[in-house]
Amino acid sequence: MARKPKLLWIQSLTCNGNSHSFFNHSNLFSILSHFELIYFPLIETKYSLEDVLRKKVHSDILIIEGAIKEDLTKGGVNIKELIHHYAKESRYIITAGTCATFGGIFKQSEPEKISGFAFDKENEKEDILSLYEHRLISLPGCPIHPKWLSYVLLMIINRRRIPLDEKNRPQELYGFTVHTGCVRNEYFEWKIDTHGFGHKEGCSFYENGCQGPFTHGSCNKILWNDTSSKTVVGTPCFGCTEPDFPKERLFSTKTNMGIPQKMPLGIPKRAYLTVTGIAKSFKIKRLEKKVIDYEK
Amino acid sequence: MHKGYVLTKKELKRESILKTALKLFSAHGFHKTTIPDIANALNMSVGNLYNYFKSKDILAKEIIKYTSEVLGQEIQKVNLQNISSKEKIKKIVELYFKMAKEKPEMIEYFLRVYLSHREVFNDGCEGMLCVSGFVTEIMIFFDNGVESGELRNQDFFSAFGLFMGYLGGMVFLKGENILPKKLDEYIDDISENIYNALKA
Repeated sequence: MARKPKLLWIQSLTCNGNSHSFFNHSNLFSILSHFELIYFPLIETKYSLEDVLRKKVHSDILIIEGAIKEDLTKGGVNIKELIHHYAKESRYIITAGTCATFGGIFKQSEPEKISGFAFDKENEKEDILSLYEHRLISLPGCPIHPKWLSYVLLMIINRRRIPLDEKNRPQELYGFTVHTGCVRNEYFEWKIDTHGFGHKEGCSFYENGCQGPFTHGSCNKILWNDTSSKTVVGTPCFGCTEPDFPKERLFSTKTNMGIPQKMPLGIPKRAYLTVTGIAKSFKIKRLEKKVIDYEK
Repeated sequence: MHKGYVLTKKELKRESILKTALKLFSAHGFHKTTIPDIANALNMSVGNLYNYFKSKDILAKEIIKYTSEVLGQEIQKVNLQNISSKEKIKKIVELYFKMAKEKPEMIEYFLRVYLSHREVFNDGCEGMLCVSGFVTEIMIFFDNGVESGELRNQDFFSAFGLFMGYLGGMVFLKGENILPKKLDEYIDDISENIYNALKA
């Protein structure tokens, strides 16, 4: 039997959110059974963190969690240097989460010093990409969806090619917007606002700051906890997979004289406004009513 | 308005009906103008005219869409220029007054037919449905102005009413022969007033 690939999870500047998200995968141990788990912060293995820091282990698939900071040390070891040590020998390098991919929330504290592994927000880190571009898979998200990571791991195990976009994100996962599959699409079509949070009815794009129509991700195709998503339950999408995450005032839509500043991905503003003007002109009674009238 | 392809004979005829009806409605009023009047002015039979528009109400709605598109296309040309919002305001005031002078029926129709006969337009021209060609370009103008920091971010309708209500009001006064000066002579002052009200 062929040797199982060695899976090594290294944490840089992180809140552990991605580890915990993956830990909640409903088939975690079945997925991990295909690998030799070298180190993962939430599961005991035969190696200690010290073994990892002392470079006593090896890696075939390196998962990086957390943002990169030049002088960050753990146990006296420079983490950036440690990541490079294991990245050089790995067949795949996966940046798990927006911090590891673009800098994310941690970048906010010291924007000049903190970035993602191969990207600094939108910008490519050419020195890193020149070394690892062909082995790099970006999985932004705050946190990542556990099934986005398992998709990548199982594709690797099955020796399948993973089509990637210009930021090394799997197209299967990030080729859509979060808007795709949202149960509120009918309200979006007819421009009916939700007027609050947590309601069954209405769309959160107009007032509540939903970024689903311009955020890459499949939160409404691959549901969270196999059950739901932010936009489904009536909370705006925060755009957590994007290079510019986090933005400010996540619960309100930025508008210019009432016109949403940011358009659905790739839609010219003139086209959007024309269609919106027409759709808004109609009063669709069914969509303006509550789905369930609890007062009755 | 139909750049890029040649109009068919039928489309040309349709447009000429719209233009003629527009002039008659604007000059004589919506109720006093009849389908036979319009057919007569076009040297066509009433029956043939009904082949193009099934009723006077439908014709009236198509006219407002047509005028809104024409005005919208003119404003779009201004929006696409790489100039400040202040300069754009002046150009929009100029083109609005130019249209009021050269094609008075366009503006007159809006003021004296569209706004005055809501019972005709309520079914089929709800909300901004029939004037979206023009309103969309005003939205683009505001959006660009706020984005560049030149205009103040405020409620859309407060700004829209100030801008277009002002221009419409001036043309209405001109139509009533109340204005002592020519419309052109008001362009600088009006542009300045609008800019002062909208600037950041």
